[in-house]
Amino acid sequence: MIRAEEPLIRVEGLHYTYQAGTPKPIPALRGIDLTVQAGEYVAVIGANGSGKSTLLRHFNALLLPTAGNVWVTKWNTRDTVHLRDIRSTVTMVFQVPDDQIVASVVEEDVAFGPENLGVPEDELHQRVDWALAAVGLTELRHRASRLLSSGQKQRLAIAAALAMQPRCLVLDEATAMLDPAGQTQVRKILHQLHQDGMTIISATHNMAEAVQAQRVVVLSEGRIAIQGDPRFVFAQEETLHALQLDVPYPTRMARMLATVIRDFPTDVLTVTELAEAISMHLGQPLELRPKPTTGVR
Amino acid sequence: MNSPAIPLIDIRGLTHSYLPGTPLETKSLCGIDLQVHAGETVGIIGPTGSGKSTLLQHMNGLLQPQQGEVHVNGLSLADPSVDMRLIRQRVGLVFQNPEDQLFERYAGDDVAYGPRNLGLPADQVRERVRLAMEMVGLPFAYKDRLIAELSHGQKRRLALAGVLALEPQVLLLDEPTAGLDPQGRRELLQVLRQWRAKAGRAMVLASHNMEDIAELATRVYVLVAGRIAFHGSPRDLFAHYEMLVQHSLAVPAATEVMHALRQYGYPVPTDVLSMEEAVNEIKGLLHVQTN
Ligand SMILES: Nc1ncnc2c1ncn2[C@@H]1O[C@H](COP(=O)(O)OP(=O)(O)OP(=O)(O)O)[C@@H](O)[C@H]1O
Ligand SMILES: Nc1ncnc2c1ncn2[C@@H]1O[C@H](COP(=O)(O)OP(=O)(O)OP(=O)(O)O)[C@@H](O)[C@H]1O
Ligand SMILES: [Mg+2]
Ligand SMILES: [Mg+2]
Repeated sequence: MIRAEEPLIRVEGLHYTYQAGTPKPIPALRGIDLTVQAGEYVAVIGANGSGKSTLLRHFNALLLPTAGNVWVTKWNTRDTVHLRDIRSTVTMVFQVPDDQIVASVVEEDVAFGPENLGVPEDELHQRVDWALAAVGLTELRHRASRLLSSGQKQRLAIAAALAMQPRCLVLDEATAMLDPAGQTQVRKILHQLHQDGMTIISATHNMAEAVQAQRVVVLSEGRIAIQGDPRFVFAQEETLHALQLDVPYPTRMARMLATVIRDFPTDVLTVTELAEAISMHLGQPLELRPKPTTGVR
Repeated sequence: MNSPAIPLIDIRGLTHSYLPGTPLETKSLCGIDLQVHAGETVGIIGPTGSGKSTLLQHMNGLLQPQQGEVHVNGLSLADPSVDMRLIRQRVGLVFQNPEDQLFERYAGDDVAYGPRNLGLPADQVRERVRLAMEMVGLPFAYKDRLIAELSHGQKRRLALAGVLALEPQVLLLDEPTAGLDPQGRRELLQVLRQWRAKAGRAMVLASHNMEDIAELATRVYVLVAGRIAFHGSPRDLFAHYEMLVQHSLAVPAATEVMHALRQYGYPVPTDVLSMEEAVNEIKGLLHVQTN
């Protein structure tokens, strides 16, 4: 299927300075140009303080550029007339879920956004049920939303955003507090939503999560240092180290193997790819290889 | 000083509910027995909402036992004559959410708060602040920053610095590496290794990051719905692949690779914890197979 490429988010010459005009300005973004196509899945990685949250907050007009421009589809985020359109197109999951909880009961918090958009009652119930189930919160739907564990709050924040069914979902380290199964679950949901055409932008310190994106954007001190598909970005281990970052674990293991095993591929990104590379290296299709009778220890 | 037989933290039959006696009552801990000895790093893992944070908050008296007992250095926390300020200095808790911990306006003041309260002279306070900020990888110049001006990861580092500056005997860490960049995480693990090397110290580490547990913990408790479902060494723990998956948990990436290779039919051991160990096994495997 050919889809006309249409930028969903366009960032041109973006600078953002906290406390601009005071004696102690803090330049957080220093010249960002970035286009995210409709339907794209982009991961944003970068050291603590590199500007990820600041950048993401420009995508739904929570922050307005100190210089430069940000467009969401055809709307310039400076154009306050379109604020509602922008916010219903781009939904954000915050880094700190407490910043996002608005209602005192879990299911009401999930319903709050779509209700405000005027979603009809029947559909509203469906969306809430679906979003709660998607993050595994169904059993806690009647609980007080502020009296939850950290991971439960983070699940709630994600459910509330999912219920909006936006064209573009922006997640700011939205899985940092989830248990391993929760992280996998959310990763699968994002993958599915992306398949269904949603645009996804996700800032993360979890390299295994970044691998799933089509494009990885690496921020450093308010600028884009590298960008490209995950294989391209994670091939640059030394540069990433210099930027406080790292390659995914399987990639690191492959690199360790490559130092002692000639021709061992270093461009693997996942556990499955690593296991495949090892079996390939044995030179026989796995099914045909007889199981060795002796251990290897 | 302690005789080695007395645990730094001794928890017996601890049970706790939030909002007891209300329609919203939530049972969070149920009959927990747990000990922390000097020299140990005790890992606590468990699914979302299993009670990890609640348990940690009992270890420095932030929450009082509703049932059961908590002893620190042999002192019962239920004993009204016990000086809770001293307990909180000895047992320092770094919260899961830095916003719950940071309350000063300026970053430096937050780190200085504990040492100042101990009545240390200004130059010693300054030295402790400098040292603690250095340990967590925050430039000393950030002491003059408003806390509101920090990024999330910077706040997490600051919260840890504030507790390190107290020079506690037991460090309670609730998800210490969440939100840190990969290099920051590695540096922190290194700092924690150095910190705990000093005699008489101990750490308790609640984490969803199985690499953290594999790298640091000497003993691990698995908490499920407020009860201890498993207890043992990291190597024993991560051999229980099915049990972990059943409880929404996982094994470290290195162990995962071993399991994947097993699925392909390779006779690799699965009780592997570090990447170095895994790589050695794989090297051996490739060598054996290609000969
Ligand atoms: N509200 C604020 N006021 C002033 N400065 C801020 C504010 N928020 C962030 N900063 C500063 O702006 C820079 C970028 O911060 P930002 O929060 O965008 O980083 P980040 O990449 O999201 O980091 P993290 O990984 O820690 O979440 C940092 O130097 C930070 O200290
Ligand atoms: N302040 C509170 N009031 C009422 N219930 C609470 C409160 N804090 C936690 N709970 C509940 O107590 C249980 C244990 O929560 P706790 O925060 O200890 O879990 P946790 O293991 O730390 O989870 P996470 O991995 O999400 O941090 C959960 O069911 C939670 O909903
Ligand atoms: Mg951030
Ligand atoms: Mg917790």
